[in-house]
Amino acid sequence: MSETSRELIVSKIRNGTVIDHIPAGTALQVLNILGITGREGYRVALVMNVESSKLGRKDIVKVENRELKPEEVNKIALIAPTATINIIRDYRVVRKVKVKLQDVIEGIIKCPNPNCISNLPREPIKPKFRVVSRNPIKLKCVYCGRYITGDDIARQLH
Amino acid sequence: MGFKGRDVIAITDFTPEELLHLFNVAKTMEKYCRSRLELLKDKILALAFFEPSTRTMFSFQTAMHRLGGSVIWFSSSEATSIAKGENLADTIRMLSSYADAIVIRHRFEGAAAFAAEIADVPVINAGDGSQHHPTQAMIDLYTIWRERGRIEGLNVGVLGDLRYGRAAASFIYAISMFKPKKLYLISPELLKVRSEVRDYLESKGVDYTETTRLDEVIDELDVLYVTRVQKERFPDPAEYEKVKGSYRVDLKVLSKAKEDLMILHPLPRVDEIALEVDNTRYAYYFKQASYGVPVRMALLALVMGGIE
Ligand SMILES: [Zn+2]
Repeated sequence: MSETSRELIVSKIRNGTVIDHIPAGTALQVLNILGITGREGYRVALVMNVESSKLGRKDIVKVENRELKPEEVNKIALIAPTATINIIRDYRVVRKVKVKLQDVIEGIIKCPNPNCISNLPREPIKPKFRVVSRNPIKLKCVYCGRYITGDDIARQLH
Repeated sequence: MGFKGRDVIAITDFTPEELLHLFNVAKTMEKYCRSRLELLKDKILALAFFEPSTRTMFSFQTAMHRLGGSVIWFSSSEATSIAKGENLADTIRMLSSYADAIVIRHRFEGAAAFAAEIADVPVINAGDGSQHHPTQAMIDLYTIWRERGRIEGLNVGVLGDLRYGRAAASFIYAISMFKPKKLYLISPELLKVRSEVRDYLESKGVDYTETTRLDEVIDELDVLYVTRVQKERFPDPAEYEKVKGSYRVDLKVLSKAKEDLMILHPLPRVDEIALEVDNTRYAYYFKQASYGVPVRMALLALVMGGIE
């Protein structure tokens, strides 16, 4: 879809963030990760299932007056590894980054294994995962070796 | 080969070559199982058994004494400050400041890896959670190597609780490093191996079969590793009653076994191997238990720098 025809669906924002190339159907999860409920008062645009030359179908999220923190970008990488993040200032894209799934993911999600040492309260330990596969996403707990997959990750990030 | 100063968290941390080196040292250690060496004369080994296991504990204590070293220890959480609220990290930090190496046993999975992050001295996993018990796996492989002369190319069956049993899981990882001809994973549906283990077998190119029937594969096996199927694992007791007989090794099922089948078991055993099997040529589990001390002597001497 060309830039002009996209304008037909959602108008440009002045300052904020455009998250593009989100896998179709996951835009709501991205909003969840960002903690956006719609009651914040700023403009939020959500476009789902539009044509994309790269992905076939994709979602787009535009958020006015908000730039993402690095930890938010890392979280988005977990459920939308194809996403690109455009920082908009005065209607212009001033920075464009592709989210990148780190090789080691620390502290964002919990190990699904209730008997994992990383789930013990009162230990100075952060859950830590190594990437086993990126597409579909599969992570492995560094401590207990248990896998966590896309659905579990999405459920946790809600 | 560098054992010195290394953590021993999972059997897969080691290469087959390193394990064979360990076995050669262990074979030498067999001669000194009744004497006292001076290899670790001024060394102290801490045994942190957050979950009790008399067998494993005695085995490490004996190994350390035979090497001329000393042991400090606690067993189970009840008697120590752990119960009063001290966490694992603080306990490990304390032991790390006293001892030259720490042996840990813990109910939680990944406890040994976490302890190794905290400690400044080598940490040896004596069983954590349901997947890893590397020193047991070393003893298991050693028994095959010692009694059979080789580990590669055998038809190996693993019987019992392959899902929650740490000895079984650890042994599956271990034997897979030595190119088994075929691996038979024999368990009730509920207790099959985890997908993590299956992925490992596939990554190693191991030819394996999962089955619920021992009697259908017994005649193929060179080695049968037996573990217990616990009643508590079954949400429905009736389900347990239905399957329990199929995972018991007795003379009847062994009537079809190869002449030189080796039966291994990490012990203690309850009733998964009938007593009548003890006096047959298949029973290697007491021999296997007796190798616990020399293998642990070799490992401690290598890791704590008593020998190269
Ligand atoms: Zn874990």
